Amino acid sequence: MNKRRPYVRPMTGWWRKNPFFIEYMIHEGTALFVAAYALVLLAGLVCLAQGEAAWNGWLGALRHPLAILFHLVTLAMLSYHSWTWFKIMPKTMPPVVLGGRRLPAAAITGGGLAAVALASIAALGLVWGMTR
Amino acid sequence: MRRPLKRSNAPIFWGLFGAGGMLSALLGPVLVLITGLAVPLGLLFGSDAMSYQNMLAFAQNWLGKAFAFAVVSLFLWHAGHRIFHSLHDIGIHGGPLAKLVCYGGALLGTLVAAFSLLSIGF
Repeated sequence: MNKRRPYVRPMTGWWRKNPFFIEYMIHEGTALFVAAYALVLLAGLVCLAQGEAAWNGWLGALRHPLAILFHLVTLAMLSYHSWTWFKIMPKTMPPVVLGGRRLPAAAITGGGLAAVALASIAALGLVWGMTR
Repeated sequence: MRRPLKRSNAPIFWGLFGAGGMLSALLGPVLVLITGLAVPLGLLFGSDAMSYQNMLAFAQNWLGKAFAFAVVSLFLWHAGHRIFHSLHDIGIHGGPLAKLVCYGGALLGTLVAAFSLLSIGF
């Protein structure tokens, strides 16, 4: 007797058929760039621990055109991660009730994006001040 | 017969995912801009902004050490968790091996970061 072979609907490329899922896959895909950037920084830490020559080697690698291209793409993907992180936040955090009213989603997203802007300006200012 | 519920380890990984997601959302873009574009291209800051002496002093300071450790390890835990849960979406049904690669990778990166930072000294 033959083994039964039930029909299983193929799922390859399922997310490419719906713009909602394409966006979902892109925002989940930002994790690849977060990981890649963390590994670049980790390599930097290892080089820093090894000494000046290794550190200068790492700095030189960052100046390679491919490294610049990688960081341009990573900047775009991490900015997209920031945007989606706070866009989704009203759905991922417990409801906040202020004065008997639920805090609107736009306030949570807006507050988060304002925090990104403030943190970015603070970081740029801090590095600028420290390297004077 | 009532059996005690087995405690799930999911909240730990979810917590690390959330912390890393928040840190990378707040500071990820500006860090990439500084370390990956502005300094290598010599824009905005002096070209020796990330010189060996500067970065050694940064990594020897306990606050700089803690910041570098938090960024590297939390970014890795965030990414590992997100990639692990996205494997299903691209048709890889994650078993123990997928978990080992995603979370094990984050753990390994965390340990390497800790070891490097400690060997830099205080």
